[in-house]
Amino acid sequence: MLKMTPLNQVHRDMNAKMVDFGGWDMPLHYGSQLDEHHKVRQDAGMFDVSHMLVVDVEGGHVRDFLRQLVANNVDKLTVPGKALYTCMLKPDGGIIDDLIIYFLSESWFRLVVNAGTADKDVAWITSQRDKSAPDLEIKPRRDLAMIAVQGPTARTKVWQVIPGAQSITENLKQFQSAVFDQYFIARTGYTGEDGFEIILPVTDAADFWKKLYSAGVAPAGLGARDTLRLEAGMNLYGQDMDETTNPLESGLAWTVDLKSERDFIGKQALLQTPIKKQLIGLLLLDKGVLRSHQRVITRHDNSQGEGEITSGGFSPTIGQSIALARVPADVTVGDEVHVLVRDKQLAAKVVKYPFVRNGQILI
Amino acid sequence: MSIPTELKYTKSHEWVKTESDGTVTIGITQHAQELLGDMVFVELPKVGRTLGQKEECAVVESVKAAADVYSPLAGEVVEVNTELESSPEKINQDPYHAWLFKLKPANVADVANLLDAQGYEKALESEAH
Repeated sequence: MLKMTPLNQVHRDMNAKMVDFGGWDMPLHYGSQLDEHHKVRQDAGMFDVSHMLVVDVEGGHVRDFLRQLVANNVDKLTVPGKALYTCMLKPDGGIIDDLIIYFLSESWFRLVVNAGTADKDVAWITSQRDKSAPDLEIKPRRDLAMIAVQGPTARTKVWQVIPGAQSITENLKQFQSAVFDQYFIARTGYTGEDGFEIILPVTDAADFWKKLYSAGVAPAGLGARDTLRLEAGMNLYGQDMDETTNPLESGLAWTVDLKSERDFIGKQALLQTPIKKQLIGLLLLDKGVLRSHQRVITRHDNSQGEGEITSGGFSPTIGQSIALARVPADVTVGDEVHVLVRDKQLAAKVVKYPFVRNGQILI
Repeated sequence: MSIPTELKYTKSHEWVKTESDGTVTIGITQHAQELLGDMVFVELPKVGRTLGQKEECAVVESVKAAADVYSPLAGEVVEVNTELESSPEKINQDPYHAWLFKLKPANVADVANLLDAQGYEKALESEAH
């Protein structure tokens, strides 16, 4: 039996093509994935991301607990409402999950974790809590839904639906959040566009979704979500990284704080393990489509094809295929590489990513 | 979903149209394009290539996946629809007119052995179960 979000019936009523996404019955698209992609880049689209899990950590010294739980440093969170993107690591440096942490008060931090890893994450966080901070409460919040509204006009359209929210959210910077009535509104996203991610009670989700639709926000499925995040150069857990890879070889060194004295789970392993691989961006020069798991041949691996595409696809904004790939650490931007696609070797160029941000092609 | 009765079909979701000059035109069905979603790339066989029946001869790639196209009949490729290389979305818009390639069949009589619209519909039903 597939798990369903509170919006399941709404998706079906909107003729969504539903798919099994890690045990969840989720919309892949509502007709055309490409149209939904462009709508988000040019106007506004919305995604049901209620399969992701909100975990509230409450009690005495939440900050001390999180300081050692995750690789980024929660001491960067000084203003209430501020968010931090981070990985949570195993002692060997492997990535358990990537998540966003919101600082709400010293006794209340909110974590948002991936759907596929949610049970594992809660079990891990709870076991760490038992060891080092038994007074804290770990609260999975399946009573909350989450809707991402993304695109250049997304915020304006949200304010049409919740007029009272404008004054307290219009000055939010990226990675800041505020609460209005039953809505937790964060200026975050997974598309490379402006917008909000809105957490709200499950019971209000369908009504809110329909109002956004009436305000001109296009429903968008997991298909468009994937091409948008790939263009935005954002990692997908389980594809670009997992428990066998660490953040330093996953393009996430910027999220790891190794400078402070602070110890955190996985830190010793990261300091001691030589970094042999890196995540890079690829732009396909030949015709075709790059897909995950295709081999990448670089001049640094004696044509062995040690590199591998972790996420690939057709970029609707660029009109060519792009990919993220894990390759030997000495490959550099500008290198030409070859990708094994069926029986052919297609030429691709190593590029800096993100590929697209705020509607603009950056490569 | 209506399946044109004037065409023949394969279980692997190709359609075949017999032309008056004895060649056959081949494309993929409505069902196939719907399964794949928005098309972004098409790789066509070379003109002059000799194909065996059920031989992999073209690739259609959508935002979602790459799918092989199999030749419904043995024969020689006489023409390919190069328009699809720049406009693969035509397959989504009008699958029964956005043909992939034309074949001069080794044996025209083989066309009769392909599925008719009713047979294809049954194949789709059994696939769904």
